[in-house]
Amino acid sequence: MKYLHLVWAALFRRKARTLFTLFSVLAAFLLFGLLDSVRAAFSNASVAGADRLVTISKVSFTVTLPKSLLPRIQAVPGVAEVSYGNWFGGIYQDPKNFFPNEAVADNFLDLFPEWVMPADQHEAFKHTRTGAVVGASLAQRFNWKIGDKIPLQATIFPQKNGSNTWTFDLVGIFHAKEKKLEGQENILFFNWDYFNEATQFGGGSNVGWYEVKLADTRQADQVAQRIDALSADSDHETKSQSEQAFTAALVSQFADIGLIVGGIMGAVFFTLVLLTGNTMAQAVRERIPELAVLKTIGFSSHSILGLVLGESILLLLLGGAMGMALSSAVIDIARAKIGPNVPLAALDLSIWLLGVALMVTIGLVVGALPAIRGMRLRIVDALSGR
Amino acid sequence: MWLILSIVLLLVLWMAFTREGRQAWAVTQVGIATVPQRMGASSVVVVGIAGVVGVLVALLSMAAGFEATLRETGTDDTVIVIRGGAQTEINSVVDHNTAAVVTQAPQVLHNGAGQPIASPELVVMASLPKKRDGLDANVAIRGVGEHAWELQPNLKIIAGRKFKPGLRELIAGKGAAAQFNNTEVGTTLKLNGQTWTLVGQFDAGDAHDSELWGDADVVGSAYRRGSSTTSIHMKLTDRGAFEALKAALITDPRIKVDVLTTRDYYNQQSANISRAIRILGITVGIIMAIGAVFGALNTMYAAVAARAREIATLRAIGFRGLPVIVSVLIETMLLALLGGALGAGLAWAVFDDYTAATLGSNFSQVVFAFKVTPALIAGGFKWALIIGFVGGLFPAIRAARVPVTVGLREL
Repeated sequence: MKYLHLVWAALFRRKARTLFTLFSVLAAFLLFGLLDSVRAAFSNASVAGADRLVTISKVSFTVTLPKSLLPRIQAVPGVAEVSYGNWFGGIYQDPKNFFPNEAVADNFLDLFPEWVMPADQHEAFKHTRTGAVVGASLAQRFNWKIGDKIPLQATIFPQKNGSNTWTFDLVGIFHAKEKKLEGQENILFFNWDYFNEATQFGGGSNVGWYEVKLADTRQADQVAQRIDALSADSDHETKSQSEQAFTAALVSQFADIGLIVGGIMGAVFFTLVLLTGNTMAQAVRERIPELAVLKTIGFSSHSILGLVLGESILLLLLGGAMGMALSSAVIDIARAKIGPNVPLAALDLSIWLLGVALMVTIGLVVGALPAIRGMRLRIVDALSGR
Repeated sequence: MWLILSIVLLLVLWMAFTREGRQAWAVTQVGIATVPQRMGASSVVVVGIAGVVGVLVALLSMAAGFEATLRETGTDDTVIVIRGGAQTEINSVVDHNTAAVVTQAPQVLHNGAGQPIASPELVVMASLPKKRDGLDANVAIRGVGEHAWELQPNLKIIAGRKFKPGLRELIAGKGAAAQFNNTEVGTTLKLNGQTWTLVGQFDAGDAHDSELWGDADVVGSAYRRGSSTTSIHMKLTDRGAFEALKAALITDPRIKVDVLTTRDYYNQQSANISRAIRILGITVGIIMAIGAVFGALNTMYAAVAARAREIATLRAIGFRGLPVIVSVLIETMLLALLGGALGAGLAWAVFDDYTAATLGSNFSQVVFAFKVTPALIAGGFKWALIIGFVGGLFPAIRAARVPVTVGLREL
């Protein structure tokens, strides 16, 4: 640490070169931050749902299940509470405004303690037939306030009178307890009873999926098997899985996001290593006489090694930290401007740690060759410029 | 493209016929001849730009491939009829009466036997384990009517045979067969407690390759859909008949439907996803390009510094500034072109025809192949040249500006 000023001085010996390299490192880690945020947005969608199971039709989640299963699932040992819902797929004004909207039973929100809503609004939702609740960021996106009427165009479920327009009264707005769950605020729920009475196809005897709250998280697998056993070999077999497994399978259907992000990051970091490696090699080559002077006045070979490695790690840390800070700022701005619909998760501690680990590793890799060269210098040769 | 070619042509003429131009040519030759001595530094420009162009072309080829797959699925002379407001087949329900009204429209082509070439189709989902990771994904099962084969003249059976109407038999598209377990000819599949047999595989050369096909009536009874379907596909008497058909059907008070040519329908289905991929590709490309510009700046400043004495000497004996600038720019842009070729070549070698799958707007997997088109490669070269130009310009100006006396003293 006592040599920090020396390393610092060496780093900015050629200001332009160091700045250009810094900006390249910055660009690389800006990308790292953004892409990892995209990956995280797709993968950790549900961290709070560990105590919930999702029961869907084994054939496909687009196939409905009979409502008669409800009391039988409730009776399964290990089940604390059961709710159900149906995907509605309504469009608000324009298909581009997509957000999920679902008809849910009146106890549905009780299963999601990670969403908070004033008790009076929760009561109002249970008692208003055409009532709907939305997440805070969705309300913000369309500037909705409690009491507003929200018209949705049905894509799947026309009303009995043939109309595609369903109008809901906004009675509640819920918030996610944790910042990283904010992405889940982008949803609208409305009352099952209204859906059931007004839909043309009498959705009443069928539900889209069951949401099951476990009495004990550790029994998830056994309970899931017991629920699926209820309908085994019938014409409506079910498949129960944890909310996380359900989300993971859904995301993996979009694309192997991890593979794409990994591929891009590989190309970016390979380029970066070559580029900063070249800068470090140049920097050391130019300074050989200086390094020889340092050795002459008593610096050990290992100190020289440390100095050069320190320089390259410092370069990476400076550029990398600025890049990740910038990506964090960009993510915040994008979420504020475009809304929580953008698939960008806030950078959490683990991404920062991974980023710092990468900076140090790349710093070591690119510094290694020049540093070893500096360490092995023979004073006489170096001073005479041979 | 013509702009670039004409600039190159002008440059060649300038070099051949003017004094300054000949000077520029001489300086450029020296610069290029010394590139091998600066291998490490020059490779930074090449690899940096190769990285940008490679990633950009790869991502854009994904969007292009997805779009092309869906575009080829539709034609201008076939139409799809879905329930009004449904947007996609999976959301739609078309009941038997509607189907009867729709297929009797006079704009529908009739076959030799005097029947309308129309296929009521029922699209439902099944969840099957993927070969790659064993996770369940949705595959679309399309129940088709007897005239579906006439609507799909390009569809070929490549293994086994067609399904027999009335039986629980399925045939698998080659994309679906490559993606999912248990889709080989002869295997059985359990859906809703019933056993289905895979009897063949087909190749349609479009998005239908991602589906399993069976008889609409049998699929309908297995999924308890009665006699309703999700869409009607029909062949028009000719392309011009579309507007008349659409006008007749959407104003018919007995039914409530949307009518689209299959070309429009499938183009709409690809629009969102390919736009999202393009935005991703261009954002990543821009950020990487900024990094590459700084890398190129670094390299070219170093190159200019290494040749400072030589350039100062040239200027001392009467060379002007412009030839020096031009020569540094040409050197950088040649390196950039090499990088662009490397990146585009790698993207082409690795990703052209690379097959991937994503969730289409029918909530089911659509298998598609990446398409590295000449237009994408040309676009990649444009990016490479711009990066090279920006990265070379400032070092070039610096080389021409350093006072001769200072330059001569440089080591």
